[in-house]
This record gives sequence, C-alpha cells and structure tokens, in this order.
Amino acid sequence: MIIGSAGPVLVWIVWVLAGFACLASAVAVVSFSNPFYSALSLIGNLGSLAILYLLLSAEFVAAAQVLVYAGAVMVMFLFVIAYVGPRMETPWAGGPGWQSIGATLAAGALFLEIIVALGLKAGGRLKHSEHVHRTFGTPGWIGRLFLTDHLLAFEITSIVLLVAAVGGVILGSHTKRSPA
Amino acid sequence: MLQGPGIVWYLGLAAFLFATGALGVLIRRNPLIVLLSLEIMLNGGNLALIAFARHAGNGAGQIFALAVMAVAASEVCVGLGLVVAINRKRLDLDVDKLSELRG
Repeated sequence: MIIGSAGPVLVWIVWVLAGFACLASAVAVVSFSNPFYSALSLIGNLGSLAILYLLLSAEFVAAAQVLVYAGAVMVMFLFVIAYVGPRMETPWAGGPGWQSIGATLAAGALFLEIIVALGLKAGGRLKHSEHVHRTFGTPGWIGRLFLTDHLLAFEITSIVLLVAAVGGVILGSHTKRSPA
Repeated sequence: MLQGPGIVWYLGLAAFLFATGALGVLIRRNPLIVLLSLEIMLNGGNLALIAFARHAGNGAGQIFALAVMAVAASEVCVGLGLVVAINRKRLDLDVDKLSELRG
C-alpha cells in the first residue's frame, strides 16, 4: 500500500525494473556453470520477487520471503556448496544433445501454453481487480487468518517442517553401517 | 491492480519463471543447481498465487504462498541432506549417474 499509493508511472517503473531483474537472475541461475554464482543470482531473484510482492500489497509475504528464503534457505545453500566444493559444469558445452533440445522445447511449450491461456482469458474477469481494505497483507491480518480460517494448514505446516528437520538430521548423521 | 500493471503481467512473469525453472531442472546435471531451479519454479507459483490473492481481494492465496514457502524450506533441508550424504559416499554429484536407489 505504501508504494501503491504513488503515481501509476512510478509503479510501472518499479514493476519493470523488478520484473527485469527477476527474469535476468532466473536465466542466470540456470546458465551459470559455477553453482556458487547460481546461488548468488537466486538471492537477487528472490529479492526482486519480494519487491513484486510489495506491489501486490502482500507485505508480510515479502518480509517472509526476504527473511526465510534469501536469509535462511540461501545461507544453507551457500554453506553446502562451499562444503561440497566448486564443481564446474558447462550446461551448453559439447553441442546441443537431444536431451537439452527436448528440455528447451518442453519448457518453451509450457511457457507458450500458459501465455495462450492467459491471452484467452485476459479480456474477461482478469481485467478488474477487487478493491482491498487497508489491512490487506499486513502481519496482523495474516496472523488472524492463520489462527482462525486456516488453522489446520498452519498446524500441518509445522508438522511438515518437523518431519523435514528430522529427515535432514537422519540423512546427515554419521552412521557407519556394515556393507551388505 | 492499483494503478500499475494488471494481473496478467504478473501471471506472464510467473509463467516465464516457471518455464525457466523447468528448463533448469531438465538440462542441469548438478543436483544443487537442480534444487535452485526448483526454487525458481516454486517462486513462479508463489507469484501467481499472490497475484490472484490481490486480484480476488482474498487472503487465502497469501496463506497458500506462505505454506509453499514452508514446503520449499523442507524440500531444501531434505535435498541438501541428500547432497551431503552423496558427497560423503564419494559418489559423483551428477543426477544422470545417480540412477540406482541402492546405498
């Protein structure tokens, strides 16, 4: 809502900048040969996505994106990449194999499909957005939703995180098994 | 949207992110970069969810996006645990060579 109350030109400028940063860093993640650089560009991608979330008046999700994703998850990624050591891999080297041609075709088909579906629907109900109240997307509002309407989702999320943490510990533990 | 770009622009951006992530998952061999591309796909989905939440004036999309974020954190936790376990067994970090489930 803070950015949204500015003029439309300013909103467009911010959107174009954030969207371009988002696209460029996504392509960079896929095409860098060093995983370290890929992870760093993913941090840029997550940051520009947080700006887009702010434009959509999702303030709490933007803050959680920066804190959880760009903070915690990416630090874990960088730590594991540093632990494993740099392993270079050139994605486009050795000429285009059948696998990369097929993958590019599949991804392009996916993109075109979504765009065509959007284009067919763009004139109708997607044209007019609802007006939202001032508290839309604020932490207090999200918290109230989480503890009233979406309590089950909240609790199941906590179980999922617990199971993943246990799984991570089991996978990472130094258990010496006798060779079978 | 407010006065800026309409929801279709956000959805197009989300589609591009999803397709880019899918391309990365399909062509890259390093499991770490496959995981990073998976994050891009999840973020494309999240962007679409939040755009629709703003469009419909309904909070359920944002709640869903937060749940997706938690699932992504869990997936990274397990995925990186697998990468570390593979690395400890001195196997190649290459998803094409890791075709057997036997330890």
